Amino acid sequence: MGILEIKDVNKRFGGLQALSNVNLSVKEGTIHAIIGPNGAGKSTLLNCLIGKLIPDTGTVTFEGQSVLGRKPHEINQMGISRVFQTPEIFTDLTVFENVMIPCLAKRDGAFQLNAFKPVLGETDIIEKAEQMLIDLKMIDKRHEIASSMSRGDKRRLEMAMCLAQDPKLLLLDEPTAGMARADTNNTIELLKEIQEKRGLTMAIIEHDMHVVFSLAERITVLAQGTPIVEDAPENIKGNKKVQEAYLGGAHE
Amino acid sequence: MDAFILQILNGLDKGSAYALIALGLTLIFGTLGVVNFAHGALFMIGAFVAVTMQKVLNLSTELVDPTKKDFLGNPLMVKTPYVENWFGESAGQFIINWSVPLSILAAIPIMLAIGFIMERGLIRHFYKRPHADQILVTFGLAIVLQEIVKAFFGANPIQTPAPDALNGVVNMGAWLNMSLSYPLWRIVYFCFAAIIIFGVFAFLQFTTFGMVVRAGMADRETVGLLGINIDKRFTIMFAIAASVAGLAGVMYAPINPPNYHWGMDFLVLSFVVVVVGGMGSLPGAVLAGFLLGILESFASTTWATTTIPGINQIIIYLVAIIILLTRPRGLMGRKGVMEE
Amino acid sequence: MLKLDKKDTTLFLVVIAMTLLAPFIMNPFPTDSGLAQFNAGYPDLMQRFAIFGIFAIGFNILFGLTGYLSFGHAAFLGVGSYAAVWMFKLLSFNILPAIFLAVLVAAIFSLAIGFVCLRRSGIYFSILTLAFAQMSFAMAYSVLSNPSFNLTNGETGLQVYADDPQILKGSGPDATHLFGLEMRNTFTLDVGAWAFQFNLGFYICAMFLILAFYISLRIFRSPFGLILRAIKTNQTRLNFTGTNSRPYTLAAFVISGMYAGLAGGLMAAMDPLAGAERMQWTASGEVVLMTILGGAGTLLGPILGAGFIKYFENIFSKINDSVLQSWFSFMPDGLSDFFVSIVHPFVGKGWHLTLGLLFMLVVTFLPGGLVEGGQKIWSRLRNKDKDGGAKSTATTPAE
Repeated sequence: MGILEIKDVNKRFGGLQALSNVNLSVKEGTIHAIIGPNGAGKSTLLNCLIGKLIPDTGTVTFEGQSVLGRKPHEINQMGISRVFQTPEIFTDLTVFENVMIPCLAKRDGAFQLNAFKPVLGETDIIEKAEQMLIDLKMIDKRHEIASSMSRGDKRRLEMAMCLAQDPKLLLLDEPTAGMARADTNNTIELLKEIQEKRGLTMAIIEHDMHVVFSLAERITVLAQGTPIVEDAPENIKGNKKVQEAYLGGAHE
Repeated sequence: MDAFILQILNGLDKGSAYALIALGLTLIFGTLGVVNFAHGALFMIGAFVAVTMQKVLNLSTELVDPTKKDFLGNPLMVKTPYVENWFGESAGQFIINWSVPLSILAAIPIMLAIGFIMERGLIRHFYKRPHADQILVTFGLAIVLQEIVKAFFGANPIQTPAPDALNGVVNMGAWLNMSLSYPLWRIVYFCFAAIIIFGVFAFLQFTTFGMVVRAGMADRETVGLLGINIDKRFTIMFAIAASVAGLAGVMYAPINPPNYHWGMDFLVLSFVVVVVGGMGSLPGAVLAGFLLGILESFASTTWATTTIPGINQIIIYLVAIIILLTRPRGLMGRKGVMEE
Repeated sequence: MLKLDKKDTTLFLVVIAMTLLAPFIMNPFPTDSGLAQFNAGYPDLMQRFAIFGIFAIGFNILFGLTGYLSFGHAAFLGVGSYAAVWMFKLLSFNILPAIFLAVLVAAIFSLAIGFVCLRRSGIYFSILTLAFAQMSFAMAYSVLSNPSFNLTNGETGLQVYADDPQILKGSGPDATHLFGLEMRNTFTLDVGAWAFQFNLGFYICAMFLILAFYISLRIFRSPFGLILRAIKTNQTRLNFTGTNSRPYTLAAFVISGMYAGLAGGLMAAMDPLAGAERMQWTASGEVVLMTILGGAGTLLGPILGAGFIKYFENIFSKINDSVLQSWFSFMPDGLSDFFVSIVHPFVGKGWHLTLGLLFMLVVTFLPGGLVEGGQKIWSRLRNKDKDGGAKSTATTPAE
C-alpha cells in the first residue's frame, strides 16, 4: 500500500477522455515522478490530487482517506504540501514571515484567533522558522522582502515554507518549468539534499526528462490519459513504448 | 391585467436608464478591465448637457419696449432669445422647445471628448494597478465631477421639459381595449434606449473594430500578442461607453429634473445591475437592467408598499444579494471573469 | 511594557501624549489673533477627531491588512448610533450601556453581513458591501420607520423625547453622562491670550481612541495580523499552507465592524441623535478616504487621515469670500479678484471638490498615503545628513 493511492480514475471533458483508468501508487519515502508529453493528462491528474477536480469514477486516497472534493487547506492539513510551477510565496512579507506562516498553520490548524499574542512571543514558531532557514541556507536573507529576491531564491523559499510543515508528501508541479539550466540544476541539487536529509516522499509532475532521471526512483509515464509504463528510471530510458509516446505521439 | 401591463411599462424607463449605464460599465470593465466608479457621473453630465443647452438657447437680448408698460407703469423690458432674433420667432421658439432632443447633437462630441480625456489622462495609468486603486481613483473623480456641476448649476434639481409635442400622455392600450395612459416621452426614451442598445450590439457584432474589441474582452493578452494595437481601441471604447451614459442622461432629464448627485444615485444601482447581469456580459447587463427596473416598478405599487413598507427602496439590493449568493457569476456571467 | 516591543511602546506613548494634550496642540493660536480661525481645539471638533480616528483604525484592520475594500462600513456606524440612542430612550442618559450595546449590535450586524459578503472577494465583495449598506440606509430611512413599527424615526432621526421611558433615569441629568458627569462639561484654562478647553466628552472619546489604537497595535503584531497580511499578499498560497482564510477575514470584518459600532455609539454619546444619513455609502466612502489618505496598512495612518480630513473640512468650510479678500488684499485689485475667484470654488461649500481632487492625487501619486510620504521625506533628509541607508522607522507595519 502506498501513501498516495490513485485507483481507476476516469475523467472526461466533453468528447475528450482526459484520464482513463489511471492506477498509481506512491510508496512512502520515495521520489515518484509522473511524466508524459504535453496533453497526456498530467495537469488533470494533479487537479484531481488537490481536490480541484472530481474524477467521474475512481478514488484518490491519502493514507486511506479520500482527498476528493476537499478544500486546499484541508488537503494541506492532511499532510500534503504543494510546490507550484511559478513559486507562490507571500511577496509583500519578509522571508522570515513567509516561513513563519506555515509553521503557524501547522501548529494552530486551519483557524485560530491569536489576535492578542505578540508574534515575538511565539518562541517555538520562531525557532522552527529559523532552523528551517538555516537548513536551506537562507538565514542571512531573513529580513529581505520576498518580492525582491531572485527566482531561484523564491523557489528555495517556497521549498522552505513547504518543509517547515514536515509534510508527509511533497507535491511538485513542474518545479523547473521556465528555469535556466543553472537554476534547474540548483533545484535538482536542493531536492536531492532534502531527500537525503529527510527521506521525504515526493510526487513530481514534470515533462523535463533531465530533471526526472536525475531525481526519481520510480517513474510513471502517462500518454493520452493512461499510464503506459511504471518502472525504475534506468528501465524507462530504453523503453520502446515511452519513446513512441514522446516521439511518435506528440512532438516536443 | 391593465395594471400589470402598466407596471411593466413603468419599469421600462428606469430599466432603460439602468441598462444603458450598465452597458457602458460592462464595456469598460470587459475591455479595459477597469471598474469605473465615475460612470454614474458621466450619466449626470449628460443630463446637464441638456440643462446647459436649454440655458444657452434661452440666452436673450433685453430691449426696452416703449409701447408696453409693466404694472408699475415703467417701460417694459422685453427679453428676446437670440435664436428668435436669428431664425424668426416661430422657428426660434421651436428650437427652444426642442432643446432636449437637440442636446443629443451637442452631447455626442462632448461626451466623446470627456471620455477621451478621462481615459488618456487618468484611467490608462491604472490598468496595471489593483482594482481597489481603480475604484478609489474613479470614486475621487466622481466626487470632483459632481462638485464641479454643483458649483455651476447649484444643488437644486433643474426642470428640463421635453418638447410640447412629446409631452402628452397616450393611451397605449387603445387598440387592445384597455386603458393604459402612459407619458409619451417615456415611450420615446424606451425607443431611444433600444436604438442605442441595438446600435452598440451591431457595432460590436458587425464591424472589424467590434470584433477585435470582443476578442479583447474574451482574452486580452492573446489579442495583444497578435500585434493589434488594443490601447487605441480601448480609448475609443471608453469614449463610446461615456457617450452611451451621457446620451442616457440627456434623454432622462425630462423624466426627472436632474441634480448633481444623480451620478452617485444611479451608479450604485447600475453596479448592482452589472453584477446581477454577470460581470463582463453585455446581454446580461441589458437584461438585468430591464428586469430590475420592472421589478422596482412592481415594488412601488401601493399594494406592495402597504404590505411591506419601503420595499421599493430595497428590492433591488435584496434581489442582487440573493442572486449573487445563489448564482455567483450573475444571470449571464462567464466563467473566469473577475475570479481569483 | 504592555507586551509591546520598544519601538511600539514609543509609538504608543506618542499617541497617548498627542491625544491627551490635544487641547493644547490643536490650539496654537491666541484667541484674538487673526489666525484663531485655524485653531481646532474646541470640544465638538476634537470629539470628531477621536471618533473618526476610531472608525478609521477599525476600517484599517480590514482594508489595510487583508486588502478587502468594504464600501459599507458606515452601516455599522449607523447601527451603533441607533442602538446607543435606544439605550438612552429606554434606560437613561448614561453612556456606558449605550456604548456597550452599540458595539454588540454592530458586531452581530457585521457578523451577518460579513458572512454573506465574504463568500466573494475582490470587486464583488466591494459591490456586495455597497449593496448591503445602501439597503441598510433605505431600511433606516423608510422601511423601519412607519407608524406600526418605528425603529429609526425615518427622516427626522432618532432622538430622546420627554415621554420616553428612561426607566433608570431617576434624578439623573438630562444630558448624556457617565455616572453623573455630563459629557458637555468643559473646563476652560486661560493662559495669557490663549484659552484652552478641556471637555469631558472629548476625554472619554480620547480614552476609547487610545484603547482602540492599543488593540489595533496588538492585532498588527499578532499571528492573526500576520495571517491577515498574508491574505492580502497571496491567498492561494495561504490556503495551500493549511489555513482557511475565510474565518480570518470574517474575524477581521467583525472586529472592524465593532470599531465602527463603537464610533457610532460615541457619536450618539456626544450628541444623542441618530440619523440615516450616517449610513449612506458616501459616508462609507469618507472612511475609505481617511484610511487611504493617511496610509492604509500603517498604524498611524488612519488617525492622521481622519484628523487631516476632519480638520480641513472644518477650516475650509469656514473660509468665505471675505476671508479670501483679506488674504489677497495685498495685491492690486484686479489681481486679487482674480485669485479670489480661482480659490473660491475650492473653499467654503466647495470643500468636497478639494477633497475629491486630493484623493485622486493621493491614490495616483502616493498610494501609501501621508505616512509613506512622510517616511520618504524623512529618509531622504536622513540620507543627506548621514549619507547612509538609514531605514525609515516609526510606522513600518510589522516585523
